[in-house]
Amino acid sequence: MSTTLPLPETTERPNYLNVDYSWKSWLFTTDHKRIALLYLFSITAFFLVGAVFAGLMRLNLLFPDGLFEHDTYNKFFTMHGVIMVFFFLVPSIPATLGNFLLPIMIGARDLAFPRINLLSWYIYIAGGVFAVLAIVKGGVDTGWTFYAPFSTTYSNTHVILAAIGVFISGFSSILTGLNFIVTVHKMRAPGMTWSRLPLFVWAHYATSLIQVLGTPVVAITIVLLMLERILHAGIFDPNLGGDPVLFQHLFWFYSHPAVYIMILPGMGVVSEIIACYSRKGIFGYGFVAFSSVAIAVLGFMVWGHHLFVAGQSMYASMVFSFISFLVAVPSAIKVFNWTATMYKGSITFDTPMLYALGFIGLFTIGGLTGLFLATMAIDVHLTDTYFVIAHFHYVMVGGMVLAFLGGIHFWFPKMTGRLYPEMWARLAAAIIFVGFNLTFFPQFILGYLGMPRRYATYAQEFQVLHVLSTAGASILGVGYLLPLIYLTWAWRKGERSPQNPWQAKGLEWEQSPTPPPTFNFDVPPVVTERPYNYSEEVEVGGY
Amino acid sequence: MFPAAASTAAPQVDALYVYLVLLSVVMTTLIFIAIGFFAYKYRRRSPDDPMPRAIHGSIPIELTWSVIPFLFMLVMFAWGTKLYFENYTPPRNTLDIYVVGKQWMWKVQYPDGQREINELHVPTGRPVKLTLASEDVIHSFYIPAFRLKHDVVPGSYQTYWFQATEPGRYHLFCAEYCGTNHSRMIGWVDVMDPVSYQNWLAGGATGATMSQLGEKLFEKYGCVTCHVTNHNGPPLNNVFGHPVQLADGRTVLADEPFLRESILNPNAKVVKGYKPNVMPVYQGQIDEEGLLQLIVYIKSLSQTNPQAIP
Repeated sequence: MSTTLPLPETTERPNYLNVDYSWKSWLFTTDHKRIALLYLFSITAFFLVGAVFAGLMRLNLLFPDGLFEHDTYNKFFTMHGVIMVFFFLVPSIPATLGNFLLPIMIGARDLAFPRINLLSWYIYIAGGVFAVLAIVKGGVDTGWTFYAPFSTTYSNTHVILAAIGVFISGFSSILTGLNFIVTVHKMRAPGMTWSRLPLFVWAHYATSLIQVLGTPVVAITIVLLMLERILHAGIFDPNLGGDPVLFQHLFWFYSHPAVYIMILPGMGVVSEIIACYSRKGIFGYGFVAFSSVAIAVLGFMVWGHHLFVAGQSMYASMVFSFISFLVAVPSAIKVFNWTATMYKGSITFDTPMLYALGFIGLFTIGGLTGLFLATMAIDVHLTDTYFVIAHFHYVMVGGMVLAFLGGIHFWFPKMTGRLYPEMWARLAAAIIFVGFNLTFFPQFILGYLGMPRRYATYAQEFQVLHVLSTAGASILGVGYLLPLIYLTWAWRKGERSPQNPWQAKGLEWEQSPTPPPTFNFDVPPVVTERPYNYSEEVEVGGY
Repeated sequence: MFPAAASTAAPQVDALYVYLVLLSVVMTTLIFIAIGFFAYKYRRRSPDDPMPRAIHGSIPIELTWSVIPFLFMLVMFAWGTKLYFENYTPPRNTLDIYVVGKQWMWKVQYPDGQREINELHVPTGRPVKLTLASEDVIHSFYIPAFRLKHDVVPGSYQTYWFQATEPGRYHLFCAEYCGTNHSRMIGWVDVMDPVSYQNWLAGGATGATMSQLGEKLFEKYGCVTCHVTNHNGPPLNNVFGHPVQLADGRTVLADEPFLRESILNPNAKVVKGYKPNVMPVYQGQIDEEGLLQLIVYIKSLSQTNPQAIP
């Protein structure tokens, strides 16, 4: 009799989502795709928390005298920074899209260490619990930079809880990086040579190097901070013979490379999207690939540009300034190559492409304003003002968040087997672009006018620009909510996606079923062509 | 778009800023035009359009767009570095003023004895050197109208110099986050013409000069016993601004940081011919303002060569 029972969803072939619906199958999964989704939901939750703090800050800044108590405002910007940097930006693309796609893109059935991959998510959550605990118990007010001796000696807030949270979550980042490096080295499919790796994989490889080499340093720094705060070890407190500037050196030794952890994966996503919607291979593949590695390496030698006004030796500053200009070159190379890729392409403007083009524009502005801050005499005036805030957000939001959203849309059919509503998505992309610029462009002007950052109250003359910025933030907020709504809807009700809705190249679209089965491929993949091989024919006069 | 410009540094910083803005605008425009033009010209007109032919890249083009922007960046680097060195290296013969930052106020002392809080009076046309000290956390002394900023780091002296050009009243901000009332750690800089400044100085004197206050501390803390009376410590006449031989063979310049360290932690650098562990450690005993008074007093003992310290 049992043979008469209808099987649910018989039309759907087995894939990583429908093999098992139990809670256990998610919480104990070692499937990199499911772990990617666990990460996706977690970082989205943290993003929303961080965004609420940003909204509260912008609300406070509508008024020169502020709206909240100073301490409350100080906690808002601290929690916004801590959550966004350590619990959203650092894991954002690598732990979600990277986790999901990297093995498929190189033709592997999973990451090299699937259980370590799951462990990294649990570690991330454990770190997140401490961060949330710090918020719930009353917050932290040190700024996300935790500068000593304020954080070690003077702050009366939950510094230790937040520091433990950051410390723990760092290990999830290290494990992800380690997993990626080993996977790329050891698990490529036959024919997937280094020069055939998708640029997404190159970018993640470079990111992983930074994660593995840089994150331990911030872990050490945080341990020292806790030793100082609890045991008064005398490392940073000058009254105990310590040096407060030492903290800044240690902190930025990780945290400057960390901004490359936050942007390189976005560059990888943009390379994939531009190639697909231009129907052309990336112009200068080798240059784009190696520029990721160059950024990762040079990025370790520029931390001192955060200390131009901190009493650092002028000659040391000079060297850091010079290397900071050097690291701008590989970033510029990427922008030029993406632009050149569009030349003589066959371009469509689906949502991911809109995000990618937005990325190029905003990253260009973010990168160029970085040169202002590398120029020492200008940095003296601009550092610790809103100019820095604007620059940072042009790179991190205009860059990384747009790339993240572009990537989520681009691979949404791959991950869910469904299509998202194109018109809503384009509308949201436009709203986010407008809202973003209105929020952050006025802050460049505020910065040059001399408005310092982390001010709960401010002089009257800055109000107009702050009101503009808050207006922009409201629009940006709406823009963020839209994808949250329609993507959730599309996951359940969206039109079923064909195998390769964008006619894109790459193993994930061409050889792995959509959505992929648990081990990614029905037939072991073999690579026989260069990446982005949209056309075998080479343009006359082309190179 | 520009704040008031009231120092010799301000127009120079603005000029460099304009160079950077122009270059950025040109660069951004070029990229935006290229993207817009390609997006329009090479848009897919119908789903049946043939695949475009591949263009893999070009080393000459890559080198061109790497090297040319880098040359412009070298100009930024050289110009920015030169200006930074100028703006951070005080000239000789400055008017010296002493500033202590503490949560959440700026305390200013003038050698002649005036004191004020969250106000700084300076004359035009004369280089002014501020010695910055912090009583607690890191602050940052920032006057946007001067385009200059310097962190105030506890445990050290930092230097901030400028030459004001335009009389007026300008914002003084703390730019390094320092706790609850960080955004209230603000004040005003009053730039005055030299005559008004002299009048202000004459009207504000409160009796004792910094050096006299320092001399009192010198007696109060018993410094006088060893450094003047029984010679267990090195004499302090004509020490400031001169090289000092240390017991470990090194020679250091007796500048403000050296004097500060030698008061707070005398065993760090012991002068040749003297024993360590003779002088008590004054770490935590004297506040930053008192320290500055002591140092100004010691400086006054070597007025014969005040130019020795640049």
